[in-house]
Amino acid sequence: MSGQPLTCEEVIERLFDYLDRELDDQQAADIERHLHRCRDCFTRAEFEKRLRARVEATGTAAAPTRLRRRIRALIDRFDDGHDATC
Amino acid sequence: MILAPPINRALLPWPAILQRGAPGVAMTERQPSDRRRWFEERLEPLMDRLYGTALRLTRDPDDAEDIVAEAVGKAWARLDELRDPQRFEGWLFHILTNAFISDWRRRQSRPQRPMDPEAPSPDELDIGSFTLFQQLHQPFLLWWGSLEEQFFQNLLEEDLQRAIDALPDAFRMAIVLVEVQGYTYEEVSRLLGIPLGTVRSRLSRARGLLQKMLWQQAREAGVISGHRAAAHQGKGDEQP
Repeated sequence: MSGQPLTCEEVIERLFDYLDRELDDQQAADIERHLHRCRDCFTRAEFEKRLRARVEATGTAAAPTRLRRRIRALIDRFDDGHDATC
Repeated sequence: MILAPPINRALLPWPAILQRGAPGVAMTERQPSDRRRWFEERLEPLMDRLYGTALRLTRDPDDAEDIVAEAVGKAWARLDELRDPQRFEGWLFHILTNAFISDWRRRQSRPQRPMDPEAPSPDELDIGSFTLFQQLHQPFLLWWGSLEEQFFQNLLEEDLQRAIDALPDAFRMAIVLVEVQGYTYEEVSRLLGIPLGTVRSRLSRARGLLQKMLWQQAREAGVISGHRAAAHQGKGDEQP
């Protein structure tokens, strides 16, 4: 437990560091303690978490069949190269 | 166009994870077909994330395919360098990220073909401190009746993709590396060769710009209901 409780301004200032897991355990615990008792900051944190999750989800897209074929061919070519050198 | 790396089997010793005595590896897995199966079984569940991440980084389906193929080719060629099989996923994504950054730098070094010819220097952009939450939040409304909820209900993945893709390269990379791939600020600093303070600054600006674009998209698409949007009009216009 650190000394002074954080103010709302301090929590909002460090919110993205907290969500990005850039804080040490003590700093993260201080933020969480504040979020437990402050509805406004909790609501803001939940909003940013939710948006962050949506951004993260954009990093998944169905890999085209063409790409899968290309990768198989790449590995096949590797194996053929190996056979030729044996 | 990114070319797949040349493959030379003679340079590819057995991966450490498949060598004799490696924990948890059956002796039969030392056969060539098992080596390939081991690789493909771990690659397959990651394909959509590899491609999706590449797509967010490059914004172009062909370029995304190129860097995924390059990364997978390199991973296959360097499988012996992977000491801990549990780290296969992170290792592969790291190769993908490096493949993108190398290609991006090559493109940046060609002044006749910059990726964002009209974009201002991202570190000079004046984004201010725009936050979507401040535009949407009404303290006395319950969550399920709030503009925040209305916004999320109507936020389409294509809208979000379009907004991310519209970010300047440096901003988009910062967002994708941290929020999509989960790199630490320190790792992003090393990957991009920029100071830690610049990583923080770009992330902050990238988030501000992304949220501003999402707010504008939501208003233009009418997904924020009329009277509420009107109530927020003044507040929105005050922001940069």
